[in-house]
Amino acid sequence: MLRIENLHANAGDEPILRGVNLVVRPGEVHALMGPNGSGKSTLANVIAGRPGYDVTAGSVSLDGVDLLALPPEERAQQGVFMAFQYPIEIPGVSNMEFLKAALDSRNAAQGRPELSAVQFLKLARAAAERLGLGPEFGKRGVNEGFSGGEKKRNEILQMLLLEPRLALLDETDSGLDIDSLGTVAAGVNAFAGEDNAIVLVTHYARLLEHIVPDHVHVLVAGRIARSGDKSFALEIEAKGYGWLTAPA
Amino acid sequence: MSGPNAAVGERLAQDYAAGFVTDIESETLPPGLNEATVRFISGKKSEPAWLLAWRLQALARWRKMTAPQWAHVTFPPIDFDAISYYSAPKQGPKSLDEVDPELLRTYEKLGIPLHERAALAGVETPQVAVDAVFDSVSVVTTFKEKLREAGVIFCPIAEAVRECPELVQKYLGSVVPQSDNFYAALNSATFSDGSFVYVPKHTRCPMELSTYFRINAANTGQFERTLIIADEGSYVSYLEGCTAPMRDENQLHAAVVELVALDDAEIKYSTVQNWYPGDEQGRGGIYNFVTKRGACLGARSKISWTQVETGSAITWKYPSVVLRGDGSVGEFHSVALTNNRQQADTGTKMLHIGRDTKSTIVSKGISAGRSQNAYRGRVLMNPGASGARNYTQCDSLLIGDECGAHTFPHIESRTPEAIVEHEASTSKVSDEHLFLCAQRGIDAEKAVSMIVNGFCKEVFRELPMEFAVEAGKLLEVSLEGAVG
Ligand SMILES: Nc1ncnc2c1ncn2[C@@H]1O[C@H](COP(=O)(O)OP(=O)(O)OP(=O)(O)O)[C@@H](O)[C@H]1O
Ligand SMILES: [Mg+2]
Repeated sequence: MLRIENLHANAGDEPILRGVNLVVRPGEVHALMGPNGSGKSTLANVIAGRPGYDVTAGSVSLDGVDLLALPPEERAQQGVFMAFQYPIEIPGVSNMEFLKAALDSRNAAQGRPELSAVQFLKLARAAAERLGLGPEFGKRGVNEGFSGGEKKRNEILQMLLLEPRLALLDETDSGLDIDSLGTVAAGVNAFAGEDNAIVLVTHYARLLEHIVPDHVHVLVAGRIARSGDKSFALEIEAKGYGWLTAPA
Repeated sequence: MSGPNAAVGERLAQDYAAGFVTDIESETLPPGLNEATVRFISGKKSEPAWLLAWRLQALARWRKMTAPQWAHVTFPPIDFDAISYYSAPKQGPKSLDEVDPELLRTYEKLGIPLHERAALAGVETPQVAVDAVFDSVSVVTTFKEKLREAGVIFCPIAEAVRECPELVQKYLGSVVPQSDNFYAALNSATFSDGSFVYVPKHTRCPMELSTYFRINAANTGQFERTLIIADEGSYVSYLEGCTAPMRDENQLHAAVVELVALDDAEIKYSTVQNWYPGDEQGRGGIYNFVTKRGACLGARSKISWTQVETGSAITWKYPSVVLRGDGSVGEFHSVALTNNRQQADTGTKMLHIGRDTKSTIVSKGISAGRSQNAYRGRVLMNPGASGARNYTQCDSLLIGDECGAHTFPHIESRTPEAIVEHEASTSKVSDEHLFLCAQRGIDAEKAVSMIVNGFCKEVFRELPMEFAVEAGKLLEVSLEGAVG
């Protein structure tokens, strides 16, 4: 369903992605690893359509739709979701308001009926509870004064409500304590299904014990240097990245 | 535009729905200001001698004054002899049935009901009495009879001069003296109409009162005067709305509003100001130079100003409260939004004179496009104001990189027994915010309106229900095109 072919992209004038190829099928979980600065977040951002990146060659499609031709909000409405590596705050806009607006936009774009306030609240509260976000959470501004871990849990909450087709989770495990990691992983596992796919960006094989990947890729200098199965992640953890170089 | 905020503020366009002109026969005084102009206006209203003398005195004072320069706004000098000081629809109405249908259509188009439609059976629609001021005159006031039954007087000020001259003579200029400032003096000499309200002792005004100002004629200034008196233990909530057609030249609106609250009385004054702001290049638009002040004369009286300012090329306006009565309360809640080339210099003054007086100031400034938005406040604690308290909160929101927000809070405490608190913040709608929203499927216009509405929540809460919804929509329209 996600097909990336020979993707080249610049951040500013700097070439960051240098020919990424990746195919993700429904029901799959892919882990994306690689050294700092290798382009993992850039790849997620380019798929999601963040301004500031120029695609210089290649293509990205989701279910046959050319994502690169769409503005970011339409990519989201098509089912692309990105959990941010560094979630930001939107002061003054409550979490509930934000979630409702997001859900309404998706439903409108997909021709689904709008949820009533009551239906929405029920759904949102249940999801928040599952992620251990207290009852006060809904009234607070989006990520306003949230701890690092709460911000990450909030990203997963948004994913659970929006039920994307493709979830790009950029280091959602970073900065989580061991219990939070369990909570977040349980949320992701509950979401994973035959109709969607997940790309997990992570530095830690530990996460992959909770969320078991079908494929593990290592990105080096803007290219996938090597791919493998779950055991590959353990190999990387043992050996580091030094022995992997970008293919010519 | 380039840089990290290229997506913000790229496309600038305005959609001003109230910008049409009504084609109606008017009697308009040729431009120019001199004694004859003042005599003409006074004569048109068959005013008593004392009022004519009062106006002429104001004119003499105005001639010796110069336009204030301290505000954070720039515009070419105004030629006061190029303005017409009086324009009125020819057909003067006596009652609702006689109002020119063209006028009724104008107000209907603006969403202002000038009919006294009875509440629908079973549905509770709050009734609002409206005084509609078209250019220089009030064209109709609704629900007058129903208000009379409660003893409330709500009529054009020209009519009040005839019907209750003692009240007008006693309070006119008592809160805003003629020589208060340049524009107040100009208004005192030339005011043509406006609303008058008197709420008798221990009376709760049975409905919201509202005045709707419309400038229609070209080259015409609007100089209206509003006087609201709340007698002991009474309560009134008053709303003010304004619009004008789109014209290439600037038009002057120099109003004076005076509020008087006696013992235990409360006046709630809300404004949604949507004068034509001019186009993207800054051509045209209203100069809104207004003096608004309330006097809490009585003990435990309360005056609260709530304003949502979205229009005008230039806004120069400081609704203030003089807290004279012991234990009196003053409030100011403001949202001022500027876009394109608009300039706003607005704020409030809270003058604490009585003991245990309290004031609250909440100011929310939103700047977009290449606009400039300034908050100017003055809090004064007089020596006798022991136990007085002020809390000021002043927040600015910037949309894009080319606009400006400025705050000029002046605090002067002449008593050690008063407490003054001030908080300020500046935040910015960045491309990062917009991308976060977009990534969740929310487009830029919706995202900005959500952020702006969140920012203004505290102030909107102070508005009467129907107005709060209107205000939210108005902000949305005013911001149209602020993001690309
Ligand atoms: N908007 C941008 N402008 C300029 N350079 C950028 C931009 N975004 C990313 N880069 C650069 O691109 C390179 C790849 O960054 P990216 O964030 O994709 O790395 P990453 O693999 O996610 O690293 P990490 O593991 O540290 O999160 C870095 O050198 C980074 O500085
Ligand atoms: Mg990263």
